Amino acid sequence: MVLTDKELKYLTETAWKIRRSIVQTTYWAGGGHIGGGLSQTDILVILYFHFMNIDPKNPGWEERDRLVLSKGHGGVGYAPVLAEKGYFSGELLKEFNHTGSPFGMHLDRLKVKGLDASTGSLGHGLPIAVGLAMGAKLQKRPWRTYCIMGDGELAEGSIWEGAMAASHFKLGNLIGFIDRNRHCIDGCTEEVMALEPISDKWASFGWTVLEVDGHDFLQLAEAIEKAHLSLDKPTVVICHTVKGKGVDYMEGKPEWHYGGLDTKMAEEALLSVDRLYGKA
Amino acid sequence: MSEESGLTYSVYDTDHMTPTEIYGHVLAKLGEERKEIVALTADLAKSTKIGKFGDKHPERFFNVGIAEQNLMGIASGLALAGFIPFVSTFAVFAALRAGEQVRTDICYQNLNCKIIATHSGLSFGTAGTTHHCTEDLAVMRSFANMTVIVPADGFETANAVRACVDHPGPVYMRIGRGFEQTVYENENYGFQIGKAVKMHEGSDITVIACGPCVLQAVEAARTIKESQGIEVRVINMHTIKPLDREAIIEAVNDTRKIITVENHSIIGGLGSAVAEVITEEGKSCRLKRLGIPDIFAIVGQTDDLYNLYKIDAEGIIEAIGEMLGKEVEEDDDWEDEV
Repeated sequence: MVLTDKELKYLTETAWKIRRSIVQTTYWAGGGHIGGGLSQTDILVILYFHFMNIDPKNPGWEERDRLVLSKGHGGVGYAPVLAEKGYFSGELLKEFNHTGSPFGMHLDRLKVKGLDASTGSLGHGLPIAVGLAMGAKLQKRPWRTYCIMGDGELAEGSIWEGAMAASHFKLGNLIGFIDRNRHCIDGCTEEVMALEPISDKWASFGWTVLEVDGHDFLQLAEAIEKAHLSLDKPTVVICHTVKGKGVDYMEGKPEWHYGGLDTKMAEEALLSVDRLYGKA
Repeated sequence: MSEESGLTYSVYDTDHMTPTEIYGHVLAKLGEERKEIVALTADLAKSTKIGKFGDKHPERFFNVGIAEQNLMGIASGLALAGFIPFVSTFAVFAALRAGEQVRTDICYQNLNCKIIATHSGLSFGTAGTTHHCTEDLAVMRSFANMTVIVPADGFETANAVRACVDHPGPVYMRIGRGFEQTVYENENYGFQIGKAVKMHEGSDITVIACGPCVLQAVEAARTIKESQGIEVRVINMHTIKPLDREAIIEAVNDTRKIITVENHSIIGGLGSAVAEVITEEGKSCRLKRLGIPDIFAIVGQTDDLYNLYKIDAEGIIEAIGEMLGKEVEEDDDWEDEV
C-alpha cells in the first residue's frame, strides 16, 4: 500500500475539514468558484498533507517544494488548505472577498502566506511552474514543482507552449495535475472546445501521462510516487474529478462553476459534506 | 572590444559595435560577476544579441522557441526561484504578444525580471507594421511596478543594462535594431535611472527626446544655434518611468516652449508623459509632440521614416521654427513662477 491506514485516515479527515471550510468560506465570501474548488480538493490535500516538503513557519524557505495553482479561480478552495496547514488562521477566511482583505477570488502571492505564485489569468500557471522547475534544476536542488491545471484552461495556447518547454528542458522535477471535472463556465468542455484525447495530447508533447480517480487518495499517491521517480521527463496526472464533489446538489452541475450560498444552502451543503465522510 | 576593457567602452568599440551588440557584450560580462543572472529569448538570440550571453554562459541561457507568452511566464518562474532573468525579443512581441504575462506574471508579482526589447519603434522600418512597435511605451508605463528605460545610444545602453541589475523589480528597456549612431562620447556622464540628462544648453525652447531621437535633437540644436543663434535646450529623458518631473518643470519655467520627440506613437509615450506633468503643474506652456501620428506607419528605410514622421533633425528644426513664432499666454501668477 502506498498509504498506511493511518495516513489514509488523516488525509480523509483533512479533506472533510477542508470541504467544510470551502463551503463556509464561499458563504462568508458571498460567492465563489465552489464547483472547481471542491473538485481540486483531494489533489491539494494529498500534496500539502502528505507529499510536499514545506514549513508553514518559514514560508520563504528556499528548499521548499513549490505549488502553482494554474486554475487560479480555485482560490476559494485553496486558501482553506493553506489555513489548515497553518500558514495563517482560518478565522481570516471570514474576510474573504471583503474590501481590503488579503483574500479574493484569485489569490495574491504578496498577500497570502504560503502561496508560491499569483495566478488567475488562465494558461499562465504552467509556464511559471516550468520556470520554477528550471530554476531548481539550474541550482541543482532537489525541490519539486507541482502545477494544478483546470481542464478548461487547456484550451489556452500558453499551456501547450509550457508543455513543450517542460519536456524540451527535461523537467523530471515538474509534476502537473489536470483537474478533469469536464466543465468550464459555458458548459461541458467537450461541447465548448473538445479536449479529448487529453492523454494522447500530453503524451505527444513528451510527458509521462497517468490517469487516476482524482478523489481516490490511494490512486493519487501511487501516481505521485511514480512521478517522483522520473529523472528527466515531466509527468502529468489526469485526475478525473466531480465538479462540486461533496455537496450533492452541486455535483456535476455546471451552474455551480461559480455560486453563492444563503444560510440554508450552506447548512445543507455542510450536511452533505458530513454525510460523504460518515459524519452525519 | 578588448577583454581588458572590462565594462568600459571606448569610441572605438561603439564605432564597431551596435547598441544591441553592446547590450549582448555587457550582459555576458555581467554574467561572469553575477551568477544569478539568467538570459532568455524566443528564437531571437542572434537578432537581439542576447545570444552573446549564451555563448559565454550556455548553462544559464534558455531559448524557448517562438513562444513569447511562455518566455515571460518562464522568466517569472525563474525570478521566483531567485534568479535575475534578462529577457529579449522584439518590442512588439514583448509588449503586446506577451503583454498580459508581463503585467500579471511579472509586474503584479513585482518580480526582478529585466525585459530588453529590441527592434522598437520604426527601427525595423522595412519589416512593416507587424514588426514595428510604436505602442510599447504607452502599454509598459501603465503597468504598476514597472520601470521603463529608453537608452539614447550604445553607451547609454551599457549604462542602463548595468544599472538595472541592481534596480529592484521589473524593468522594460527598449532599444533599436542596432544601427543607431552614438550621441555620447563615452559612458562617463553619471547615468542614473530616473534622472534626465541635459545634452545641450538653451533658454529659448526645450526639446525633450528619448532613444535615437536624442541624437537628432542634439544635431538640430547645434544646427539652429549656428545658423540662427537660437538657444535650444535638449534633454535626454532616458527614463520614461519614473519620469524626471523636476527636469520638465525647470524647462517649462526657463523656456515655456517644449517639443517632445520619440520613435513611438504620440499617444501614450514620452510626449503624453511630459504633457501630464505640465498640465498637472498648471504651467502656461506651448507643447508639441513629435512622434508617429495615430496611424500604422508605412514600410520604408528607417531613416526615411524618421524623416517622413518628422522625428529627425530636419523635422525637429521645422517644429522649433513653428513654435518660436507662437506666443505663450501669460497666466495669472506668471511673475511668481518666473
